[in-house]
Amino acid sequence: MNPQFEHLYHALSNVDGYIYPNEIELSWSLLIVLYPYITGLVAGAFILASLERVFNVKALKPTYVIALLTAFAFMLVATMPLIFHLGQPLRFYEIMITPHLTSAMAIFGFVYLWYLMVVLLLEIWFDYRADMVIWSGESKGVKKWLYKILSLGITDVSPEARRWDEKLGYIVTVIGIPSAFLLHGYVGFIFGSIKANPWWSTVMMPVIFLFSAMVSGIALVMLVFMAVNYIRKQKIDMLCLDTIAKYLFYIIIIDFTLESLDQIHRIYEAEESFEIISLLMSGKLFVTLLIFQVLLGMIIPLLTLGALQFYKPKEKIRQAIYFVTGILVLVGIFFMRWNVVIGGQLFSKSFYGFTSFKLALIGSEGFLAASIWLIIPFIILAFLLWLFPPWKKTQQDHSLVG
Amino acid sequence: MRNKEENLSRRRFIKKSGITVGSVLAASVIPSFNAVLFASEKPKGKGLWYGIAIDIEKCIGCGSCAKSCKIENDVPEEPFFFRSWVEQYTIKNDGSVEVVSPNGGIDGFTQTVPDDEIEKSFFVPKMCNHCYKSPCVQVCPVGATFESPDGVVLVDQTYCIGCKYCVQACPYGCRYIHPTTHVADKCTLCYHRLKKGLNPACMDNCPTTARISGDLNDPESELSKFIKTRNVYVLKPHLNTGSKLFYNALNQEVR
Repeated sequence: MNPQFEHLYHALSNVDGYIYPNEIELSWSLLIVLYPYITGLVAGAFILASLERVFNVKALKPTYVIALLTAFAFMLVATMPLIFHLGQPLRFYEIMITPHLTSAMAIFGFVYLWYLMVVLLLEIWFDYRADMVIWSGESKGVKKWLYKILSLGITDVSPEARRWDEKLGYIVTVIGIPSAFLLHGYVGFIFGSIKANPWWSTVMMPVIFLFSAMVSGIALVMLVFMAVNYIRKQKIDMLCLDTIAKYLFYIIIIDFTLESLDQIHRIYEAEESFEIISLLMSGKLFVTLLIFQVLLGMIIPLLTLGALQFYKPKEKIRQAIYFVTGILVLVGIFFMRWNVVIGGQLFSKSFYGFTSFKLALIGSEGFLAASIWLIIPFIILAFLLWLFPPWKKTQQDHSLVG
Repeated sequence: MRNKEENLSRRRFIKKSGITVGSVLAASVIPSFNAVLFASEKPKGKGLWYGIAIDIEKCIGCGSCAKSCKIENDVPEEPFFFRSWVEQYTIKNDGSVEVVSPNGGIDGFTQTVPDDEIEKSFFVPKMCNHCYKSPCVQVCPVGATFESPDGVVLVDQTYCIGCKYCVQACPYGCRYIHPTTHVADKCTLCYHRLKKGLNPACMDNCPTTARISGDLNDPESELSKFIKTRNVYVLKPHLNTGSKLFYNALNQEVR
């Protein structure tokens, strides 16, 4: 037996019922689980940042820059799983130079670039420009030059110039909010528009992706915020932390409602695919869907965060609860992506059976490679926090504008 | 006075260039709105337009079609890659359905359900439906998969990036990723043979002439007559893929 196909023979022996013969191998694996997961974290983190700036939620101010830098760090990595999952990764640029307009996927490169270059980069730049000018005077060596280059030689730090930074940054944020919605709603559309697959094909998909993105992004920023304070041995601003948790709670309610609505609708209509999908949910996806995604990732956070809205234990206990809840939410949303991507390929489009999926440890689609794509953004974030320490910024009052 | 005139002409210039740039932008946006209307496109008009018909009543499940396809088109011989395969459907007395396709039917079939439990059993050869509103063509992000002017869905393998979106989009499971080229592969209706005036390999090798291909736009073609004189049906019609593979005597259990 050719060892190249060993895993396929193994999968063949595990087929349950009838599947089309080409369906044995899952076309999209762990890397495509990461893709909506990472872009979701970006969109969610950005929306949290916008809450402070555009909607003027003052309590969230300490998280504003952290949220932006987190979004940026993850955004830089967002395309990597996509490119590496391609059969011909070196041809990836074709999607940019000859996009096929009827394809939902073709637009991704443009949505991505728009978001990365126009929204995130500009917003961070306007926010840091004056600081970079000041820091370039104070620092030495490489750092000094980095600041000099990154400030693009615009060294005016007069109050007037800073007001302009503020004003332009505000405009970018306003543009950024619909862009963040576009970015992740669009990722949902990639799946939701596949009419061949009843598990994906729902008009709710972009909306569900969007709200789950907000849930995961807010949870991530909450954890990063706690970690940064912990590492710097600073006392955590509890008003800020409580406010993030409050927003997390609200968004989980919306997300939970939307996802429940989608499932209830599916069960009530009970179309042709109903039988295979209910077998999928109660069988192959039981643990990842009902336990990880729904119970651990939604119901428990919902109950704990909900309880904390009425009853406030001591700060240390609250912090511990927020920490655990944040992790549960992040794990839950990861499995939400998993259940969409992997779950959607486990059943045959003939609706007569299931194939199986075994996660490999090594290889470009393996567990280790995927872990690397999740670790790199944190390394980038650490670097960004070192280069642009939010706690060393001169105070800016966003409420001056808008 | 001169200043005023200069101002006026400048204003006119700005106005004109504004209109020009605006119209160019608007014109470039319109096709992307058309992109949303993909599956509502009407069938094409004149000229050669290939379709296929399969007569289920004639199929004996010998698997010659699947086998000859693999040989003709260098399809990997492992049982995970098929451009053409045969399924055996068995509908039992209790209404349950059993479907099998061991090695795509290439090695033939054995009936495992005892005779007295069988209500009916039949074979369904499967292949690309060469849809004219192909979901696979619709989703290809680079346009590497396309419909030829004569109605055959093809893949440019030197251009495909291997994103596998088309594999997900095909409701019939007719596409796979080739293990050597790492790009999408599928039935070409033996386009290389069609262009020489030959039939696709699967059709020439069918001992019972259960499969025919031909010109849907020619009312006198064997295919058109076949479709006209029988109760033909396409797979998954509710998905509106514009399938051009017509089955005679297709059971509703077939998916």
